Amino acid sequence: MSDERFRDSKLADSHLRDSRDRDSQAGNPQERDSQFSDSPFYDSFDEVAPGHTFLDSKEVVLNMGPQHPSTHGVLQVVLKLDGEKVNGLECIVGYLHRGIEKIAENRTWAQFGPFVDRLDYTAAVSNSLGYCLGVEKLLAAEVPKRGQYLRVILTELCRLASHQVWLGTHVLDIGAVTPLFYAFRDREMILNIFEKYCGARLTTHAFRIGGCRWDAYPDMAREVLHICDDLGPKIDEYRDLITGNRIWLQRTKGVGYISPEDCIAYAITGPVLRGSGISWDVRKAQPYSSYEDFDFDVPLGKNGDTFDRYLVRLEEMRQSIRIIRQAVEGLPEGPVIAKLPKVLKPPAGEVYHSIEAPKGELGYFMVSDGSQQPYRVRVRPPSFINLQALEKMAVGSLVADVVAIIGTLDIVLGEVDR
Amino acid sequence: MIEYILGYLHSDVTPGEAGNLFWVTVYVLLVFLGISIGVIFMNWFERKVMAHMQVRIGPMRVGPHGLLQPIADALKLIIKEDLMPSGADKIVFWFAPVCVVMTAFCGFIVVPFGRTHAITDMNIGVLFMLGVSSLGVLGVIMAGWASNSQYPLMGSLRSGAQMVSYEVAMCMSVVSAVMMTSLVTGTGTMSMIGIVQAQEQQHMWFAFSFFPVGLTALGVFAIAMVAETNRAPFDLPEAESELVAGFLTEYSGFRWSLFFLAEYAGMMAVSAIAATLWLGGWLRPFPHLLGGAAWDTAFSLVPGLGFILLGALCLFYTARMPRLRSMRGNLIGLAGFGAFLALLGAFMLLPGVRTRVQDIFWFTIKVGFFMYLYIWYRTTFPRYRFDQLMKIGWKFLLPISIGVVVLTAVIGVRQELLALVWR
Repeated sequence: MSDERFRDSKLADSHLRDSRDRDSQAGNPQERDSQFSDSPFYDSFDEVAPGHTFLDSKEVVLNMGPQHPSTHGVLQVVLKLDGEKVNGLECIVGYLHRGIEKIAENRTWAQFGPFVDRLDYTAAVSNSLGYCLGVEKLLAAEVPKRGQYLRVILTELCRLASHQVWLGTHVLDIGAVTPLFYAFRDREMILNIFEKYCGARLTTHAFRIGGCRWDAYPDMAREVLHICDDLGPKIDEYRDLITGNRIWLQRTKGVGYISPEDCIAYAITGPVLRGSGISWDVRKAQPYSSYEDFDFDVPLGKNGDTFDRYLVRLEEMRQSIRIIRQAVEGLPEGPVIAKLPKVLKPPAGEVYHSIEAPKGELGYFMVSDGSQQPYRVRVRPPSFINLQALEKMAVGSLVADVVAIIGTLDIVLGEVDR
Repeated sequence: MIEYILGYLHSDVTPGEAGNLFWVTVYVLLVFLGISIGVIFMNWFERKVMAHMQVRIGPMRVGPHGLLQPIADALKLIIKEDLMPSGADKIVFWFAPVCVVMTAFCGFIVVPFGRTHAITDMNIGVLFMLGVSSLGVLGVIMAGWASNSQYPLMGSLRSGAQMVSYEVAMCMSVVSAVMMTSLVTGTGTMSMIGIVQAQEQQHMWFAFSFFPVGLTALGVFAIAMVAETNRAPFDLPEAESELVAGFLTEYSGFRWSLFFLAEYAGMMAVSAIAATLWLGGWLRPFPHLLGGAAWDTAFSLVPGLGFILLGALCLFYTARMPRLRSMRGNLIGLAGFGAFLALLGAFMLLPGVRTRVQDIFWFTIKVGFFMYLYIWYRTTFPRYRFDQLMKIGWKFLLPISIGVVVLTAVIGVRQELLALVWR
């Protein structure tokens, strides 16, 4: 995080605030000597003759964020606007950087487990699953079947919870307040299960390397099935509230279009990719944790717009319920955690393991030097990579669409910045 | 002097018409007070209704059922530091909220809460109200400009464009109602009181005249007035998820609360226009169908009985409250509030009072209906995008309202001609 970057963003601000400031800075070229100096983005300022106010120029630069209600955290989007129309934009990330990947190098393999929960904090269980599976691959450890099924149950519950957060906030961005409360009310039931299972609601640290720390609590099967029965009608309720709404259709259809080719070029994964009609789901393509045992569909969109991605995610919630039901009903007996040595020393080597997190393909690339500590852990965060498409999707649309597109990409800044 | 003051009491016109300055002042104060209390009540009511629609309970802590919450909020806002951005245009920044509040309250000069319960009657009442209320956009644009910041600027520009485009459709539908006033008497009027009296003479609320023409005009007006007051789903000027708080972004403390006051006063003003023009203003339901002295008495009891019922409800919920030491304050508060409402209701049952109060009651009920719709919209709809908003205004509402005006004229002339033939 260089100081230059901050100085330059401030520069963009001050240009708009007062033309007098600009006069003094325009004659000071070393001020602008930073990583953005070759970007066409900031060049337009120099073309304006001194003495003009910013209203005389055709373009306005608007700093959206990092403190903004609908950038889903501390994302800064610098918008270049012509009236309401977006001519260009640039994402500035890093405000929530905590150096999690670096922390891994100073912890043992097991100690790093809780840290990954803080990546995508709306889907902590998924992060944990990806990390544990990666380390198990490195150790060549086999998780007992019951442990695998338990992991599937919790991960799919977590996907439901994550999609509920997405639904509430995305719809709120587009201006409807009420569905947020409905979604969060139902998410509460899932968080209660997490709380009963492992004591935490958000950053659960539910899994350990080799399996699960705890077995299912006595009433868990009944309660999870109860959620499955309950949530189907609740999803119908969201659908009735939102899907047919005229304003919702107008605001989402054709907004934030991305073609399948572009999706592949940008390495986009998850519901955004499937909304464009490409069938790629890591759970189907490279099954992990016994996903091959379950019967479920991968919902696909046709048009690649915000509305299709909304439908895809809603349908994914239904499929998650299907998976959970099968897993609970077929939950085998036995241990939940593999027998592993107290001190984990994976053999030297490297491994990449990816899972289908709620936001897309979450990958962990891990290098072991044979010691107790990871040599390097690199996370492939789906939010960060999906966010690259924001410019492609938003240029040419209106300010209100940018907000909708940020919502439909379903980013979590904890994961983007790490 | 005393004669001058007491002399008005026997007249049956508004103080403005009677030219009695003392009572004009009293009425101005009363209306100002009433609107302010209305805003405070709306604040509480909106939060409660929204909460219950959104599976929560809303404010519960400050006073019984959060009744004192708006007062606590207002206190907080007054105490809060009043920031002014360093680059702001100080005079304009200071004047913008004043301008908005002034225009919002000015419109109430001609609002008839009853035959005599208006500050004055103007022969161009509707025009005056529309004109004054649309001056509010000036304050909004001033606020956006003076803040010297992009979000407020964009918000105020949106607001300006929005108000201008919806004003046209709004005025067209008003024209239709004004044309209807000329039907039976032959002379039309734009006076707010005259419009209500015309509905009385025609034995018909204008919402149901030439069915469904009047209703369509009301519908156009009801949509346009939501856009005019910048409320959801047309709340683009202050769209939280896009422009942070629009033209209010740089305002805080007391100045912000002035904008808040003006917004709600403006909502009440346009609701009052809608109620006056289409829903019979202060007239009680079915003044002719259920006419006669007996029905008049029965309907005049409704306000008092309604208040007594509210008081009884408060007392009922007081009885259901848990007897906890910590809730004693709330218990006494709610019981006291219920007793106050019941006493107020009993006072309204007095023969001299009830005939004067009933007009205000029915008018308030009709305005309250529109205010409830505002809340309902806000919890239900997503927000329109700017281009869609413009499209609705110009391509949808404007043609409909012009069609309504033409239809009103055609049907009205036909009806008058037929009446001539029959005579």
